[in-house]
Amino acid sequence: MKRFLAATPILIALVLGAFFLWGLNPERDPNAIPSVLISQPVPEFDLAALDGVGVPGLSQAYLTDNPAPVVVNVFASWCVPCRAEHAVLTQMVERDGVRLMGINYKDKPEDARAWLEDLGNPYERIGSDLNGRAGIEWGISGVPETFIVSGDGTVLYRYVGPVVGPDAEEKFATALTQARAINGAGT
Amino acid sequence: MIRIVVLTALILIALPLASHAVEPDEMLANPVLEVRARAISKDLRCVVCQNQDIDSSNAGVARDLRLLVRERLMAGDTDQQVLGYIQARYGDYVLLKPPFKPETYVLWLTPLILFLIGSGGAVAVLARSGRRMANADLSDEEERRVSKLLAQTGRNEP
Repeated sequence: MKRFLAATPILIALVLGAFFLWGLNPERDPNAIPSVLISQPVPEFDLAALDGVGVPGLSQAYLTDNPAPVVVNVFASWCVPCRAEHAVLTQMVERDGVRLMGINYKDKPEDARAWLEDLGNPYERIGSDLNGRAGIEWGISGVPETFIVSGDGTVLYRYVGPVVGPDAEEKFATALTQARAINGAGT
Repeated sequence: MIRIVVLTALILIALPLASHAVEPDEMLANPVLEVRARAISKDLRCVVCQNQDIDSSNAGVARDLRLLVRERLMAGDTDQQVLGYIQARYGDYVLLKPPFKPETYVLWLTPLILFLIGSGGAVAVLARSGRRMANADLSDEEERRVSKLLAQTGRNEP
């Protein structure tokens, strides 16, 4: 008992130290919100096409029966980081053959149209989420957010914020490779 | 003059009401449902401006969630169903009061456990010091000497 009591200060210091070590980890983002959508089926939503862009709208049905994982990107013309991310997404589509779906979040259709005409349209389908309701179904907290959805419509990965910069792009590429491996193993 | 004073007073009284983020066009015509909506909104955390409830947040998503809460209430949901609806999309994170379940046992029970350890320790220490007092019992001979000494000092006191 005496020996145990003598050891308590060291024990307390160890526990606190471990806590601080965990708290000081630069990789840890205290603002990160765990997503409930991971490993869940794609939420129910049905969005009309963005007029004049030439690609069809997006709904749950188009995400549940694909041969390979697809990437779903939530974007808006008013979102500045989306502009930087656009180049990365375009490169993914052109270089890596990624199939990219877009949700145009709370945007004016004419603004979104001008934005896509200016930067180019890497999206295979774009759903126009005028009131942000589909965004809530996806549990997004802001724009941009990017999801990887498996061929059978399971949400595998969520990236909050723009996929821009070596770290983010590598993280996303790793997740995509894993998603493709899972899909390959399943079929 | 009086009119200006009254007007100023009214504006000052109304000022705190303006600090709420809920905008007039969001409010429901049914005051009972509106009160319920306000109460629910106070239990929901804004996912953009974290640690603020959606009732007082000006963020776009918070406004959307407020409208959604009202829409669910209009559709006849109970308060629990409304909270459940949003929890299903944003997880436990949106609830300002975390639910009691295995993942949160540590959170909810730590204060109780610390209290039990503390009070247990206090009881043990007190019991031990009580025993030491009991050991300090004096024999009859010693009692007599003590009372004699006490009597002497008493006499010397002014």
